[in-house]
Amino acid sequence: MSNVFTIAGKEFRSYFNSTIAYIFMVVFLVLTSLLFFELQKFFVIGQATLRDFFGLVPIIFLFFVPAISMRMWAEERKLGTLEMLMTLPVRDWEVVVGKFLASFFFLLLTLALTFLLPVMVTALGHPDPGAIIGGYLGLILLGGTYLAIGLWVSSLTENQIVAFIIAAVACLILFIIGVDIFLTAVPRWLVPFLKGIALGSHFNSIERGVIDLRDVIYYFSIIGFFLFLNVRSVEARRGA
Amino acid sequence: MIEVRNLTKRFGATVALQDVSFDVARGEVLGLLGPNGAGKTTAMRIIACYFPPNAGSVRVGGLDTQKDSVAVRQRIGYLPESAPLYHDMGVMDYLGFVGRIRGLREPELGRSAREMVGVCGLQRMAHRTIGTLSKGYRQRVGLAQTLIHDPEVLILDEPTSGLDPNQIVEIRDLIKQIGREKTVVLSTHILPEVEATCSRVLIINEGTIVASGTPAELASQSPGEARVFLTVKGTPEGVEPVLRRSGIATDIRLVDTDDGRVRYAIGSAEEEPEEKLFHLAVQNGWTLTELQRESLSLEEVFTRLTTRESVTP
Repeated sequence: MSNVFTIAGKEFRSYFNSTIAYIFMVVFLVLTSLLFFELQKFFVIGQATLRDFFGLVPIIFLFFVPAISMRMWAEERKLGTLEMLMTLPVRDWEVVVGKFLASFFFLLLTLALTFLLPVMVTALGHPDPGAIIGGYLGLILLGGTYLAIGLWVSSLTENQIVAFIIAAVACLILFIIGVDIFLTAVPRWLVPFLKGIALGSHFNSIERGVIDLRDVIYYFSIIGFFLFLNVRSVEARRGA
Repeated sequence: MIEVRNLTKRFGATVALQDVSFDVARGEVLGLLGPNGAGKTTAMRIIACYFPPNAGSVRVGGLDTQKDSVAVRQRIGYLPESAPLYHDMGVMDYLGFVGRIRGLREPELGRSAREMVGVCGLQRMAHRTIGTLSKGYRQRVGLAQTLIHDPEVLILDEPTSGLDPNQIVEIRDLIKQIGREKTVVLSTHILPEVEATCSRVLIINEGTIVASGTPAELASQSPGEARVFLTVKGTPEGVEPVLRRSGIATDIRLVDTDDGRVRYAIGSAEEEPEEKLFHLAVQNGWTLTELQRESLSLEEVFTRLTTRESVTP
């Protein structure tokens, strides 16, 4: 288990060894704030709620999260460091989980930097704390799921850009099949199935402040599933 | 220490290794020699547990590389070809990371990392970022990384590639020094390197072992007829007819004449041409100043073995 933390620590620090981490964070914060205040006109509407914010971030995550995960494996393969890493006395799953945790902490840190929004909303009025906590929890779970997908995609290629695009598209598809507009366009018998697997539909209920254990289990199982695929793809890489 | 048995590795339709077996004893420095694409790297990757073979097995210190992969990796220090490193990490940072994964903890971790920095001559570079180092220093960081946990076995894939001549000498000395207590397998296609560092050599070509032995053994057991250099005092007119009549030589070539001496390169099918030539000189009263069998350099052995093999299908 200590190997997991050693790898997670190394990966987490390597975000900050280059300026990329800071750029990502700044872009994310500027983009979310800009859209929240300008496009969604928070001050014009005059309601002390972050509903719009929680509706906005999943869309921004579609680009932000794959950008966090894209280099994780692709760069190791490109630089050849994968060979060094995989011949150290670590198990494949320890590396996979370590890398996931590192990017997950980076995501948490970025989300934590949006704390001024709830502080501001609370100062201005009386928002529903349950909805805010639920919203953040939903974002954390959704972001973690995007990350697990992005990490797996990254292990399939040595090109970071390809990893980014495929991960973003995959997350988009999984998110969009649960959106109401999309669901009205598909055959009725498909709707419950799509709602069941879509990332978005589970997010909606958590975001309302309703934390259903089934939704939490859903996200954990999707994360587990893609981390498992990731371990398998790393194993398969060894065979070739 | 390392037992390699009937190793076969295929990549799609290409056979990288075909039924390769060899042993490496403790304290031995084994050189894998071969042209590019011969299967050296594949063999080392299998020993280092990067990927499993299609058939056959490798045991390191009695442990199977497939069943006890993590335990085997703990005993090995492996330097892949061209020393791939994380360019955004600092030297000490990187050594700390590898040491930690290798199971070292403070205070041994720091002590060991500092020691390796000293051994590999990285003192002045210890606080630099790896990406800013020259190729030679990166190679040293790679080497320091393989040694940090004091492994029993070292696997070094082309450890001196990309280094300048001075650095090559230093790294070779380092490997020799390490090789006294540890088991080292290194690959190279630079022949003097093998002669300088290895106690035993395997020549690999197209996935199979074509020769093995000490560098000296390989040079002497080379195929073909012997050539002997003979220098005597005299003139070509006096010496050459006698040589031809003796029937020892199948091929006589005058190499040099000066100061009243003649030097011949003599090809012979005889078992002991030196002895026959010595008696011939005595019978004719020649003053013998040189009588030496030509020893093939490893280079020539290598060329003969690897080109002959590639002609036959």
